[in-house]
Amino acid sequence: MTDRPERAVLRLARPYLSRLLGAGLLAAATEFAGLALMATATWLLMSAAGRPPLDRLTVAIVAVRALAVSRGVFRYTERLAGHDAVLRMITDVRTRVFATLTARRDAAPRTGDALSRLVSDVEAVQDLLLRVLVPGAAAALVSLLAVGSAALISPPAAGVLAVGLLVAGVALPVLAARLTRRAADEVAPLRGALAVDAVDLTHGAADLAAFGATGAALAAAETRGGRLARLERRLAATGFAVDAAGVLVGGLTAAAVVVVALRAGVGGVLVGVLAVGSLATVEVALALVGAARQHTQLRAGLARVADLLTDAGEPAPTAPAAPAPGGHDVRFEGVTVRYREGAAPALAGVDIDLPAGRRVAVVGPSGAGKSTLAAVLTGAVRPDAGRVTVDGVDVSGYPDEELPRVVGGLLAEAYVFHATVRENLLLGRPRADEAELTAATRAAGLLDWVGAQPQGWDTVVGEQGGQLSGGQRQRLALARALLAAPPVLVLDEPTEGLDPAAADAVLASALAATPTGHSVLLISHRLSGLAGLDEIVVLDAGRVAQRGRHEELVARPGWYREQWLLQEAAERGYLALAP
Amino acid sequence: MNRRPFDPRLLRRVPAARRDLAVLAVLGGLTALLVVAQATALATLLATAIDGRLHRPALAGLLAAVAARALVSWAQGTVAARAAATVKAALRADLLRAVGRHGPTWVAGRRAGQLATLAGRGLDALDPYFTGYLPQLVLSVTVPLAVLARIVLADWSSALIIALTIPLIPIFGALLGWQAQAATERQWRRLSLLGGHFLDMVAGLPTLRAFGRARAQVDVVRRMADGHRQATMRTLRIAFLSALVLELVATLSVALVAVPVGIRLLGGGITLSTALLVLLLTPEAYLPLRAAGSRFHASMEGLTALDEALTLSATPEAAGPHGARPAPDGRGEIRFEGVTVAYERTTALRDVTLTIRPGERVAVIGPSGAGKTTLLNLLLGFVTPTAGRVTVDGVDLAGVDLDAWRRELAWVPQRAHLFAGSLADNIRLGAPDTPDAALAGAVTDAALDEVVAALPDGLGTTLGERGHGLSSGQRQRVALARAFLRGAPLVLLDEPTARLDSASEAVVLAATRRLVAGRTALLVAHRPALLEDADRILRVEDGRVTELSRVPAAEVTP
Repeated sequence: MTDRPERAVLRLARPYLSRLLGAGLLAAATEFAGLALMATATWLLMSAAGRPPLDRLTVAIVAVRALAVSRGVFRYTERLAGHDAVLRMITDVRTRVFATLTARRDAAPRTGDALSRLVSDVEAVQDLLLRVLVPGAAAALVSLLAVGSAALISPPAAGVLAVGLLVAGVALPVLAARLTRRAADEVAPLRGALAVDAVDLTHGAADLAAFGATGAALAAAETRGGRLARLERRLAATGFAVDAAGVLVGGLTAAAVVVVALRAGVGGVLVGVLAVGSLATVEVALALVGAARQHTQLRAGLARVADLLTDAGEPAPTAPAAPAPGGHDVRFEGVTVRYREGAAPALAGVDIDLPAGRRVAVVGPSGAGKSTLAAVLTGAVRPDAGRVTVDGVDVSGYPDEELPRVVGGLLAEAYVFHATVRENLLLGRPRADEAELTAATRAAGLLDWVGAQPQGWDTVVGEQGGQLSGGQRQRLALARALLAAPPVLVLDEPTEGLDPAAADAVLASALAATPTGHSVLLISHRLSGLAGLDEIVVLDAGRVAQRGRHEELVARPGWYREQWLLQEAAERGYLALAP
Repeated sequence: MNRRPFDPRLLRRVPAARRDLAVLAVLGGLTALLVVAQATALATLLATAIDGRLHRPALAGLLAAVAARALVSWAQGTVAARAAATVKAALRADLLRAVGRHGPTWVAGRRAGQLATLAGRGLDALDPYFTGYLPQLVLSVTVPLAVLARIVLADWSSALIIALTIPLIPIFGALLGWQAQAATERQWRRLSLLGGHFLDMVAGLPTLRAFGRARAQVDVVRRMADGHRQATMRTLRIAFLSALVLELVATLSVALVAVPVGIRLLGGGITLSTALLVLLLTPEAYLPLRAAGSRFHASMEGLTALDEALTLSATPEAAGPHGARPAPDGRGEIRFEGVTVAYERTTALRDVTLTIRPGERVAVIGPSGAGKTTLLNLLLGFVTPTAGRVTVDGVDLAGVDLDAWRRELAWVPQRAHLFAGSLADNIRLGAPDTPDAALAGAVTDAALDEVVAALPDGLGTTLGERGHGLSSGQRQRVALARAFLRGAPLVLLDEPTARLDSASEAVVLAATRRLVAGRTALLVAHRPALLEDADRILRVEDGRVTELSRVPAAEVTP
């Protein structure tokens, strides 16, 4: 958490400072025109009561009309200028946030909730400028101008006005901000608990119904909902007291100005101008109460954005990655990874040799460290001890964009973009031709599906591949990995979510489609289809428990043989049951 | 989309809010009277001040009016917030109750996410609608009326001008609003596409990085964000222009009133205090209408949430009402008689007839989506047959008290939901009053004891959304423990070992065998390992069920 997130945000505003300043001045001009309009009109009427010749009033009449029109025009240009500047800035913020996230290689993947929060956080920047800073600055400027003008007529009246403005524009906003913060602190835990209730009652609806627990869960949620409602009512009573105080301050200031001005012997017409002007100025200053509330609500979001704006220089554009030719030798040397201090290591002293063209499978129970192995190889996780080298060079020494040309493939949580099938595939190899696309898609067993779609390659897969079934999504991700065809191909559970028969077929065709000189690191929890591989490494609790070829491991007592027999028996039984 | 400023369904569905809304209307009327009173007092005060005199009664009147306005505005905010809290609590309860009423199949899939968001934080968007927009909407009716009435009394010719120009605000507002809306809708697809793109790119960042495309995408993100800006500006330009026209209508109307008043004042045709009153009150007549308009946008989100909530919680029930007939014994014979289940787009089961005898263990296999889960859902009462019937012990399940019938069942789903609460409470889901000693038995039977030992607070560890996560294997053991504790004669298992690695599978399998022993069981199995113990095996394909003849394992071993 940075001390002043606003500062980090404002640093980004520098290129648009003149536009923002212009918007602020226009906002002030808008408010001032409104204020002057009422003051001038009052002067006009009260002077007219003295029945002066008409020509003495002509200037004021023209001024009233001019102010009336200019206020609207000022407001229009202010809004255009302000929004234009802020939206330009938001473009920068989005780009910078994305660039920072790109540069943070070790950042954990974000969940859906954190992601949508990121989007609304970026919008908090917009609100900070348009709803807090610009109107705040305008209100302050108008207040100063009004006090100054009042001082020309009557310094004591100006003093009264200044006091009123300090209460309306400083004390009340501070109070409002404090109350808003306190209310949020009190409400947040209850709202959070209710959100969890809602998740439990909807996503757990089947479990609740089957076990006859729906009624009890509903009653608990309703009790909590009732408590929240009571709390919200109580907090509203204090919160709206600030708005009531605002109304009071406006009226009292105007009344006090009249009394003080009359005592000071100010002329009758000007008393009217002062009174009406004060009423309007306090109204302008009261806008700061809303701005303060808004600011309080934005703080958390701004802090999160500011955290993402701090580092990251302008990224250098790079050429699209093309697989580097030739084979590459990979070695894991005593790799140890510990995610948390004091926790059991995810990997402990693992050695694996993967020279060019070799195919190695890593198997083991869930949580054995298989995916961590892939993450270390692709540079997503840095080992605490030991190292992984590609052609003798530590992977951490490779530039960010260099390593994917050599090492890549289908990693855990492969993402499918909201784009066409073709665009999703081309991510693997931007210049692939139709034949290459077809070959990779066929190997992943997705070609028939693509052919069956009316739009073919241009079928849009929906948000996060929502238009695809789980199996199709997995095949699409596999096809993309095969198309990319890096010299060192990592396949992390390539057939997850497919039924056993389809899984075996897809794994076989994927391995067949990989060029001979390329090495493969296959991670799997199933033991089928591993007979053709050069080595199988059994991981257990982060350590290499067994290693060897399939025939050797099956012949030797141990985890592999046990699991294989179990699976084999199961699969045979399954086959025997065919009608 | 519903663009009406007030949804009358609200009054019908949340009667508790009626009184608050009525009070809000009364307070709106009071505010209007006080606006008039304050202006009258100020006009009098200033009209006498021109002679250098202080009109004390007018000053007192002004102070009293201001104090009363402050009080009324406080009451207005408080009552509006009360109404918001009442409505939110009522709608939330309605929505969640709808889930209970309609059953789990209604809520499954996308609707679950929508409902959870809506009942969770979505409804909080109603706050700005109730505290910001609604009071302003009331004022936009009461204040112009009160102002007009007062000015008619003071100077009817000014009142005429105001009465003729005020309708221009809603008329222009509507005309321009339609224009703006049409333009917004044209842009909407593009805007959401562009906004979604940023999200998509961030979500897929690990994948982009894996293919070395992350940096190349920075430029794409910038281009898309810039497109977003241009599209937004195009809609904003129209929106701002309409605001400008409304503002000009208002200010020019004020000028239209003020200038003749000034000229008549010169001729002595009107008193100063009347002229000042007209000047002070005229802008007040136009203000609330425009303020309501500008707050409408801020409350759109709330109105959308309201519309969604009212529509969702009012969805008519697809299935018939729950019966009240006593539930049959779960140990009875189960018969499916010509059962067909059709969903909106697909038919899950076609004319299925089968019998499950007491104590039988029946396995169900078949490709995914073939209708296996629907078989279980029929017995759970989550779905009802479109045609045919399911009977237990000769009793048609369609008419029985479902809660009582479900007490005869234990269910182990594919992926059990972990509720926010302790592990012990999660296991006790179906039997909340179980003493700890009985709990320990279920924990051991479900092979959950080693999991419990590894947790920081043992059985007291908090699970769920905000709590400790469990792996799929551990989660499955919790589901089994629930089933053990339920102690029901009929067990339904839906692929209890899907997605488990071999080691967890072995543990869960052993526990499953213990659970099934001595009970009637229907188990959907992807994994062959579960099939060995089954007495019969059914194959479901394309909604049809066929019985497989068992081939003795010895015959197929080469």
